[in-house]
Amino acid sequence: MSDQLVLEPGESVASQARTDAPPAILLDRVNKWFGALHVLRDVSMSIAHGERVVVCGPSGSGKSTLIRCINRLETHQEGRILVDNMELSDDVRALDAIRREVGMVFQSFNLFPHLTILENCTLAPIWVRRMPKAEADALAMQYLERVRIPEQAKKYPGQLSGGQQQRVAIARALCMKPKIMLFDEPTSALDPEMIKEVLDTMVTLAEDGMTMICVTHEMGFARQVADRVVFMDRGEIVEQGEPVEMFERPKTDRLRLFLSQILRGH
Amino acid sequence: MSDITLGTAVAAAPEAVPRTAPLSQIGLVGWLRANLFSSWINSAVTLLVLYFVVRWAIGFVEWGVINAVWSVPNNQTQVCRDLKGTGACWAVITEKHRFILFGTYPYEEHWRPALCVLLFVGLYIVSAMRRFWRKELALVWIGVLTLIGALMWGGVFGLSYVPQERWGGLVITLILATFGLAFAFPLAIMVALGRRSSLPAIKALCVVYVELIRGVPLISLLFMASVMFPLFLPEGMNIDKLLRAQIAIILFAGAYLAEVVRGGLQALPKGQYEAADALGLSYWQKTGFIILPQALRLVIPPLVNTFIGFFKDTSLVLIIGIFDLLTAGKTAIIEPAWQGFGVEVYLTVGAIYFVFCFAMSKYSQGLEAELNRHRVR
Ligand SMILES: Nc1ncnc2c1ncn2[C@@H]1O[C@H](COP(=O)(O)OP(=O)(O)O)[C@@H](O)[C@H]1O
Ligand SMILES: [Mg+2]
Repeated sequence: MSDQLVLEPGESVASQARTDAPPAILLDRVNKWFGALHVLRDVSMSIAHGERVVVCGPSGSGKSTLIRCINRLETHQEGRILVDNMELSDDVRALDAIRREVGMVFQSFNLFPHLTILENCTLAPIWVRRMPKAEADALAMQYLERVRIPEQAKKYPGQLSGGQQQRVAIARALCMKPKIMLFDEPTSALDPEMIKEVLDTMVTLAEDGMTMICVTHEMGFARQVADRVVFMDRGEIVEQGEPVEMFERPKTDRLRLFLSQILRGH
Repeated sequence: MSDITLGTAVAAAPEAVPRTAPLSQIGLVGWLRANLFSSWINSAVTLLVLYFVVRWAIGFVEWGVINAVWSVPNNQTQVCRDLKGTGACWAVITEKHRFILFGTYPYEEHWRPALCVLLFVGLYIVSAMRRFWRKELALVWIGVLTLIGALMWGGVFGLSYVPQERWGGLVITLILATFGLAFAFPLAIMVALGRRSSLPAIKALCVVYVELIRGVPLISLLFMASVMFPLFLPEGMNIDKLLRAQIAIILFAGAYLAEVVRGGLQALPKGQYEAADALGLSYWQKTGFIILPQALRLVIPPLVNTFIGFFKDTSLVLIIGIFDLLTAGKTAIIEPAWQGFGVEVYLTVGAIYFVFCFAMSKYSQGLEAELNRHRVR
């Protein structure tokens, strides 16, 4: 529905994946269970620095769980996850280091409602990166300008529209200067007229060479920026490849069915 | 585009001047009509209630002001007794107010507890103002409380030593309430956080503490503190009775407040924790900057409710013989000359409690509105 409305795909963004260097993220036969429910089944994948991956798949297929394992909001039970060559384990210091490198944007924004927009953006740089306050303020204003809402800096999240809140959430994550950004359905909670402003922000980010993993059903966005689309179903990676290839010549029935469903408008 | 439409509209028909609502619908008249006289039954009930309220008020003024006796010469209470209840005997307050306020504290040293009461009130006022909410405030508290201790005990700066058994009255109530809540509140926050801890031992400890203390009446806890606790202490070691009662009150208030705080913690959406984690904030940074500020704002009304309850519950220490405000009031009318004037004394003591509790309540309403401004669009 919104795919057609919003995303007559723009100029596609040139790939910036550096495949020669060691991967930014490496998943090696990752398995995860919620109780008896097997939500990730032998998921393996390697993502290069500068690569942009779009993850799609039906609801409940484990997309959120997958990217939440990458910054350890969820713990996996089998297999290995390496972020920037650091293995995710119970080691607290490795976890701190990884969370500093990995930014995350949620479907429900999750801004801190009792802090102003500016404070939302400066809290982590000041306390986690130990940045002086003036420097953090300047940095935050720079990113707020990049997501085109510097004039809202003194307001509280509740005073902003959904699209504006999500752009603040992106700026907040960027203020930590992450090497990798994770997006979990960043536009699913938004009204159609606000989806474009958020996607535009993400396109800019892609153009700057950010490593991104993005769970989304915005196929126009996928065509425009993704180096690779990963299709998940029931906890497995069923098919992956270049966006055009995947959308126009799906190899599996499951992907074909999924594509026909989202093109009909969810 | 909107300019054009506006222009044509003005040309076609002049804009209607906004009228005020009909007088019968707004202001005092409108309010009375809507709330008190909306039907003939409501009108009848309103008038009836009004009649009783006025009668009672007139009666109270006659008793409390017009027929009242304000003082009597050297305990000659016969004048009061001759009134046969038609007038108040405020003479009992005139005569006994220093005893009610300061208990058996040496008479010529009464300025010391009096100064302490003023110090407490000053401390409350300063702490209530948001512009003083800085780290230095903790130092002010430590300083003032130390000063109060020095004033009450004496034995330094040329002040004579006054043993704790002789302290009494309002100052005891304020000591129990202030120290009680000042220690119980941080304790409660730690216990509430501990109950949600992922470490089983800490979690179990906090659950046991809350359930154990909540399941026992404060009175029995006070008895335990005053009678049983000393039995477990080594020979010759003696902890002051007031301190023991104070600890019992802290433990009791801590358990109740912990549950209030936990309610606030649970009301926060999971996303707030996750966003803080994803940004790399440590546990204490997350708790201090994100979780507690929001959780505590949410529970200001039940928190203040519990505070007020405990302010008054300090009066239960009378059963273990500590001379708080209420006990002092009760003791003041034991003397034969003044027996039978309980109403006047209890009204006065009640009024003192009311002033403190009402101030707390009013202040919390203002604070709540101010701290939750971010939620208003
Ligand atoms: N915290 C949890 N506890 C138990 N089950 C969960 C939890 N989170 C997700 N699940 C289950 O795991 C499966 C995958 O969920 P999720 O990763 O959120 O899927 P998606 O994001 O693809 O819609 C779903 O069946 C969901 O019900
Ligand atoms: Mg999801």
